[in-house]
This record gives sequence, structure tokens and C-alpha cells, in this order.
Amino acid sequence: MLFNQGTDRVDTSAQALRRTSFWFAAIALLCLFCADLDVSTSDPWHELGLMAIGALSPSVWSWPTLLTSLANTFSFALQGVSLAAVSGFILALGYGSALVRSFCAFIRSIHELFWALLFIQITGLSSLTGLLAIAIPYAGTLAKIYGELFEEVDLAPASNSPTTKQPLTHFLYTVLPLAWRPMTIYTSYRFECAIRSSAILGFVGLPTLGFHLETALGEGHYSEAAAYFYALLLLIGTLRFWLQKRLLPIYLLAVFYYLPPEAQISWELAARFITEDIVPAPLRGDTLLAAGTFALFADWFSLLWQHQIWPGLVNTVLLGQISLVFTGLLALLLFPLNSPLFFRRWGRASGDGLLILLRTIPEYLLAFLGLLVLGPSMLPAVLALGIHNGAIIAHLVGRHSAELSLRADSSRGLNLYFFEILPRIYRQFLAFLFYRWEVILRETAILGILGISTLGFYIDSAFEEFRFDRALILILASALLNMGVDQLARRIRLRLHLKTAPESL
Amino acid sequence: MILRFSSFILAALLLTTSLANSQPFIFTAIPDQNEAHLQERFNKIAGYLQNELEIEVRYIPVKSYAAAVTAFRNNQVQLAWFGGLSGVQARRLVPGSQAIAQGYEDQFFKTYLIAHSSTGIEKSAQFPKAIAGKSFTFGSKGSTSGRLMPEYHIRENLAKAPQKIFSKVGFSGDHSRTIALVQSGAYEVGAVNFKVWDKELAAGKVDPAKVAVIWETPTYPDYQWTVRNDVTARWGPDFKRRLTAALLAMKDPDLLASFPRQSFVKASNELYTPIADTAVAIGLIDAKK
Repeated sequence: MLFNQGTDRVDTSAQALRRTSFWFAAIALLCLFCADLDVSTSDPWHELGLMAIGALSPSVWSWPTLLTSLANTFSFALQGVSLAAVSGFILALGYGSALVRSFCAFIRSIHELFWALLFIQITGLSSLTGLLAIAIPYAGTLAKIYGELFEEVDLAPASNSPTTKQPLTHFLYTVLPLAWRPMTIYTSYRFECAIRSSAILGFVGLPTLGFHLETALGEGHYSEAAAYFYALLLLIGTLRFWLQKRLLPIYLLAVFYYLPPEAQISWELAARFITEDIVPAPLRGDTLLAAGTFALFADWFSLLWQHQIWPGLVNTVLLGQISLVFTGLLALLLFPLNSPLFFRRWGRASGDGLLILLRTIPEYLLAFLGLLVLGPSMLPAVLALGIHNGAIIAHLVGRHSAELSLRADSSRGLNLYFFEILPRIYRQFLAFLFYRWEVILRETAILGILGISTLGFYIDSAFEEFRFDRALILILASALLNMGVDQLARRIRLRLHLKTAPESL
Repeated sequence: MILRFSSFILAALLLTTSLANSQPFIFTAIPDQNEAHLQERFNKIAGYLQNELEIEVRYIPVKSYAAAVTAFRNNQVQLAWFGGLSGVQARRLVPGSQAIAQGYEDQFFKTYLIAHSSTGIEKSAQFPKAIAGKSFTFGSKGSTSGRLMPEYHIRENLAKAPQKIFSKVGFSGDHSRTIALVQSGAYEVGAVNFKVWDKELAAGKVDPAKVAVIWETPTYPDYQWTVRNDVTARWGPDFKRRLTAALLAMKDPDLLASFPRQSFVKASNELYTPIADTAVAIGLIDAKK
């Protein structure tokens, strides 16, 4: 048996869904009381005005720069997702094992930016660094999605076909064909995410759109920033027209020809990184055996715990839980925009356009806007994470709602929403939301401008200070948190029998 | 054409192992303002050095202080225009490397504390203790003028860590953004590189009715050119002297505007001891064992 089904009691009643939703909302409310939500600002209009003018008057400073960074963004994303799809598939074959699941949760708990910063230490600023920074966390994510899809397929073909000594063959004929379609849908959706990740890798110096976008935003060159942003938006918004299955091999060849993954890997650097850089400072060199070393290490760790790990954990969880529920509410509000059950052709096209816009605006830009209007607190962070992730889930839920068929005499408007669609999509909605749970926790890392000291904030500081030993411990702490969340989400999913594949109706 | 252009950029990023002597001399730079269009502007500097030194010289753009130091440490670049703190970090990580030249202005660099008018804090020669309890933003985490020096003076004068002194502490990531955030009142007080402030003020981007300088730090040494020691093995024992001479002889205002500095003057590692001590004092780097 390739996969074991959960042994938890399954409860598929609507009451169980309500109870779960209630507890999440209650916990978020509790977090709200502990969170800093002050509103304090006096005069955001000058800066907002400049940004609005910039948004309306995009200007391209250099076409070659724009086009090459666009091509680089696309190349890193396509290469990264291809590699991730292959390795994610292999990992998914063993997804029944808790060890494999933990490993996948571990590699995807580290933000792409931090993977890039780690690889830069060994492979330098190279095309290989960009590829790996995307491929590794995405392999973890795709393994999870594939693995869960394999668990969800109809068991009838598998149990009715003769048993064989070759479980892989059995799997290829009975499980894979059923999971194939949702797998391709998810992989193509992850590709869109990979383009955003690829753009963001520019923040640490890889030559993608984010490189120029962040510089232009930082210096207030809003017209130029707008041009880069619109280029990203255009790339993502038009994907479905030109990224077609049969053209994929051509694109793949093209990106590997255009940007071959290469780097000069210096084993000396790699060895130094492993035997020196990431070793906790008190244990370095020949002091390891000296008396008192353990006490020094204990001091070092306890200081790190008091000043960074514990406050980081608390803030990450507070911000994460509030943002999760806000994301969910926003997704429920917005999904009709991308649903053919509510909007026809043009209405739906422009609705989805709005969702693309909302999820393409980098979170740190949303946070900056929120900071100008609301002042520094957790509020802009919740808004940034909620809008970004809410638009993503709304898009997915809306698309899934397209698979529902309505009776000819179905109700309309609010009645249709509350009494027909919402109950029927709620299971998938929760499944998507639990997927984003860990993503939201991970993304709290890039909101340093708000001064919220999450684990990611401290990881970023540790890289900035070349304290890779601290960075490693903090990364491990956030990975443990992520694995815990992953376990919990999995239990809830199995218990409520949440499915990520659309209901067959 | 576009394809070639980008593979050129990446080729510059990727070092091939063969033929040590055919490797170009590569440098990077993180200016404190005008970070846009670096590639275009610094290719001119590369051209200048190439003429002066008669070897192939390339520039690679780097985004953050940390990335610049890493590239330097890994020998992806042999020469870098660092900030005060990033230079200290780089020279600690690459023993033997040397600060060879600094900007004329970098001999007496300073940081301004700026405040929104609603705080009612006036400019003073004394450190403005009234900033305690306000919300505060630094620039980038690794910046000398936006983080290191202001944090040092804040700790010196108020005897506590910034997180204990201020109601909120943010890191805007950029000097221009610090000004925008304090001007909008999102943060009440901020720390900003004096050159960026002066430039934005002159350009009319600052509204003096909303944001003003309330204090300036004593001067300290900041940006400098730092070179790796092993360049002599590849380009000859005389290379560092010739490189230094070429930098000091840069007089074309168009080239100097990229940094932007009026000229370059001699520098040494010892000049930056105060920066290193300050970084140790506030816990940004560990004391040497």
C-alpha cells in the first residue's frame, strides 16, 4: 500500500465544518486582543498622490533592462517549477511516510529569499542560485499537493484491480490517471506563483523584475516602478493565452538555452559554510572540547531564545492567525468575481483581472501603502497578507465553483450565494485556506518595514549581520513551527474529509 | 540582441575557472542614493578603470550590503565600494583586504535625525531626549548612516536599546523611504544619511513644514573602496598601488556623480576602527576573539 489513510475519526457533517471555522475565528479574535493595532498617521496624501501619479504615468527607462529582467523572471520561474514538479512527484510517491512529509514541510518552510541567501554563500549570485531558490521550496509544496491528490482519488479502481507485486505499476494505472488533471491544474497555478517568487528574488540581487522594482519604489521613482509592475502584471495576466501545453517543451528548451543554470561551486566555500559559518559561535574552532564551552553555548542559546526565538514565535503566530482568518473572509467575499455562476464573460474577466492585480502587487508594497495610511502596527501587515492571499484563494475557489452545475430553477443573488454555492464550495475553500496557512506564516518574514519582529524578521537580520549560526537556529525554529502547522492542518483535513479536487457532480 | 545582453550580465556574474589571467577584474558598488540605473552608470566607471589599468574590468550590480559583502568574500568581486559597516564586515571576513580610498565627503560623514512637525521637537545641538516614546524608523538594517551610527548615539544618550525607547521601531530599507515615511507621519522620527537629505531637500521633495532635521551626529568615516589582497597574485605586485592611483585620479564629474562624491582621497583600515568598535558596542558584530 503506497498510502495510508488517516486513522482519525472522519466527521463530514456541516456541524464539524462550522465548529472548525468557529474555533479558528475565535483564536484569531483572541490574537487580536494581544496584537498592536493602533492607527496613527497624519498626512499620507502627499506620498499617495505621488504614487497615484506614478501609477498613471508609467515610464520605461531602458527597454533592454526591462525586457531582460522580464525574460530572467520567466526563465527562473519555468526552470524552477519544472525541476520542482519532477522532484515533487518523486517525493509525493512516499507521502504516506511521516518522514517524507516532515522533510517536505521543512524545505517549504524556508522562504525563497532565504534559500537564495543561503545558496549565495556557496554558489554565489548565479543562475543556479535562482533556480534552486525556487525549485527547493516549490518541490516541497508540489509534493504535498500531489501527495494529497493521490490520497483523494477514488479508491475503486485501485481496490478492484488485481493485486500485483509492483506497487508502482499499480499506482501508475489506478491512481495517477485519476489525479492527473488536478495535478496539471495545480502545477500551472504554482507556475504563476513561481513568477512572483522569481520577481521577488530580485530583492537579494538576482537580475529579475524585483531588482529594479524594489529600487524604483525605494527611491520614490513611481513612474518607473509602475512600468516594471505592469510588465509583471502583463506576464502573469496573459499566461493562459500563450503558455500552452503543447508549446511547453519549446519554452523549456528556450529558457535552458537562454539562462543555463550554472555556477562556480567552490568546495572550499561550501566546506567553510558548513564547518564554520553555521556552527554556533561558541562551538567554533578548537574550543569545542574546552571546559566551559557547553556553558557558553547554553548562554548563547538562551540569549537567542529570549531575544529572538520566543518573541519571534509569538509574533509570527499572532500575525499568522489573524491574517489567516482575514484571508478567509476576504476570499469568501471576492470569489464570486471569478465565478461564472455570478458573472458572465466580461464581468468575470474583469473580476478575475482585479484578483490578478490584487495578488500580483508585492506584499511589501501593500504593507508600505498600509503603513502610510494606518501607521506602523500589525494592521498593515494583516491587510497586506490578507489581500494578497485572499485574492489567491478567491481565484481558486471561483475557478472550482465553475465545476458546479446548478438546477435550472436555482435562486439568484444573495440567496444563490448563501444557500447554494457557499455550502457546496466550503469544503474546498477550507482546504485551500489550510494550504495557505503555512505560506502566510512564511511570508510574515518580508514585512520588516513595519518593524514587526517575526521569526522571518530575525532571520533576515541574522543574514544581514553575517551570523549564519543564528540564522540556522532561527530557520530551524520556523521550520518546526511550520511542520507543526502542517501536521495540524493535515489532521483537520483528514478528519473533516476536506478535498482539494473539485467534487464530481 | 536582448538575449546577448542578458547573457552578458550573467556571464559577468559567473566566474569560469579556466585561464586565470583572462579573468576580468570585477567590482561592485552600493551607492547611498540614485540606486536606479546602476548598470548603465557603472559601466562607465568600468571603462575608466579598464583604460587606466589596461586590463578587462567589469561591474556587477548588487542589491544589498549583505550581497556585496558575500560577493567580495567569495571572490566574485575583487573590489567594492562599501559603506562603513559593510566594509568592516568584509575586511573581517577576508583577512588581508584593504580600504584604499574613500570619498572626500566620507571623511566627515554624518546622520540626521529627522522628525515630523506634529512631534513639536525643535532642532538642537544637544541630543533630543524628547524622541523617547515616539515611533522611529531606521534605514536599511546594514547601513552605517541609517542604522549603526544613529543606534549608537541613541543608546549612548538614552541608555537603552531602541526597542525599549521607542513605541515602534521600523527598518524602512532605504534613505529616501525614511524621509517619505517621516514626512507622511507614518513614523514620527527617523534617521537618514545627510547627503540624501540634502539632495532631496534641494530637489524640492521635502516639505519643511512637515519634516525637519532635529539633530546631527558627530562626524564619522563612511563609504570606501576595499580591495582583496590576492589581486596582486593575479595582476602583479604593483596592482594595488596602480588601482589606488587610478581611483584617486578620477576627476571627471560625470563619473564621480555616480557615487556621488566630489573626489576620492586615500583611506586605510585603521580609519575605520571607530566604526568597528561602534558595531561591537551595539552588538551588530562580535568582538574579535
